[in-house]
Amino acid sequence: MSRILGKFTIAFTVFLFVIFLGGPLVWLVSMSLKSPIEILAYEPKLLPNEIQLGNYQEALEKSGIIHAFINSVVISTVSTLVICLLVVVPAYVFARSKGILTKGMSLWILISQVFPLSLLIIPMFLSMQRLNLVNSQFGLILIYVIINIPFSLWLLRSFVLNIPKELEEAARIDGATTAYMIRTVILPLLLPGMVVVAIFTFVNVWNEFFFALVFLSDPEKATLPLKLAQFLGSEGRGRFGALAAATVMAIIPALVMFGIIQRKFSDNFLAGAVKG
Amino acid sequence: MNLREKRSDLKNDLIITIFAAPIVAGIFLVSVLPTVLATLTSFTTLELSFDLVWEYSGLANYRDALANPLFLKSFRIGTIWAVSVTVLAMLMGFVLALLIERKKRYSGLLKFLSMFPWALSPVVVAIIWEILLNPNSGPINGTLRAFGLPWGNKSFLGDFATALPTVIVIGAWLSIPLITVSFISSLKTLRSEIMEAALMDGAKASQRLKYIVIPHLRPVTTSLFALNIIWNFNSFGLVYVLTNGGPGGQTYLPALFVYDESFRYGNFGYAAAMGTIITIALVVVLGFYVARRKKLEIES
Repeated sequence: MSRILGKFTIAFTVFLFVIFLGGPLVWLVSMSLKSPIEILAYEPKLLPNEIQLGNYQEALEKSGIIHAFINSVVISTVSTLVICLLVVVPAYVFARSKGILTKGMSLWILISQVFPLSLLIIPMFLSMQRLNLVNSQFGLILIYVIINIPFSLWLLRSFVLNIPKELEEAARIDGATTAYMIRTVILPLLLPGMVVVAIFTFVNVWNEFFFALVFLSDPEKATLPLKLAQFLGSEGRGRFGALAAATVMAIIPALVMFGIIQRKFSDNFLAGAVKG
Repeated sequence: MNLREKRSDLKNDLIITIFAAPIVAGIFLVSVLPTVLATLTSFTTLELSFDLVWEYSGLANYRDALANPLFLKSFRIGTIWAVSVTVLAMLMGFVLALLIERKKRYSGLLKFLSMFPWALSPVVVAIIWEILLNPNSGPINGTLRAFGLPWGNKSFLGDFATALPTVIVIGAWLSIPLITVSFISSLKTLRSEIMEAALMDGAKASQRLKYIVIPHLRPVTTSLFALNIIWNFNSFGLVYVLTNGGPGGQTYLPALFVYDESFRYGNFGYAAAMGTIITIALVVVLGFYVARRKKLEIES
């Protein structure tokens, strides 16, 4: 009896979690496919009576969503590439050295997670203003590179740790210089790790809101999260269909990337993230 | 190891250091320097205007902040928000991790569902829940009405009493992925021999949970709790888009308060003092918490 009761409790819990976690996304997609009349129905239904793409058309035509989408693609891609280039060598160094640098870096990564951005933003804003980089996409990329380096560095380091040291020693015995060895032995083996780091960085930048809000005031330069927030604030509450369609389009790139690394996400990424 | 090898090792290290040093130096500069500058700003009257005028004002900003009832209220709301979101998300993450690690048919689906919110922007999450919670066309009010339950026409985000609890649930929804993933990877390190031994000794599921699983998860729980309190206390985007602090300041989180003070009113010095107060409070409280938990771990 208690076994059956236990099974039922588990099934019911799973059911509740599926609704709570998955329901919102299903509703959003369904909303984006409904007709304007159905959207405003007082007795809302989960699935649209008739699928129509008018909301997507409206979202694409109006309110500069496409423009913001392109801005976001450019800013996210450039930031990601720069970070990937910058962190390779330091990640190798931190993985292989056991000195004070490594300890210092771990500590600093921990601390950098703790600092409130609303405090750091003040000196950052003042320096960017002095450099004439406020309201500039280049300035925003600079900020994104800086704030994403610690985590990317740390993440890539964990991939270097998985490369057996014997391979390097073999290359050394064959007389390879360090630079040559990194290029021919480490880099090819590190490629899967680089993909994970790139995706993590891309998704982080793609979704970032706070810095975009502070640094970009020109609507022409707005990124997608910024534009969506403005859309919601101005007319979106009256046009849920178009808002839902624009939101779906904003989600797709990040969700596809998440799909690619979903396995790594659970197996590799946090294997030691919280324990440091 | 002979002398020549040692020399070549040294040379290698030197080359690598030369490669990595500028980045390390740059990183330290942009993380340590702003902190110092922000703290220094908090002792001045700096305001955002065409030319930056400031003078030293000692602890005046701190006195003003601590005497400002609105700031103290925001601090209280932030505390309620951070603790509730963290506890709620950790409870759900714990149950989810246990369910996923049972490796049943539903595990794959549950794993995907508990992790995909990680890929969503706080802005997107805010929009989704804004649509879900619309009192007229949203499914939540619609379901309440369909079953004849109370609150069928309540605007959950617009009502004084329900706004904060509602944003807390949404905040927990957004916090679930990282917590669940951490619990799962910690559960994976639980050695199966221990579990088998416990099974052979006839330990019931509830006993295994109490004496093996929960103690095993204690270290990861400590770090997760501390980190999530910090992240949530400084959380900005989600609530900014959802309610912008309203209704009537019921969801006016400290990060929103500091943002308004600096970028809407331009009081940089004052805002920096508030940010510093928040940081110090967090570091002190969580420092004590982590130290106590570590001590308990060593004792047990």
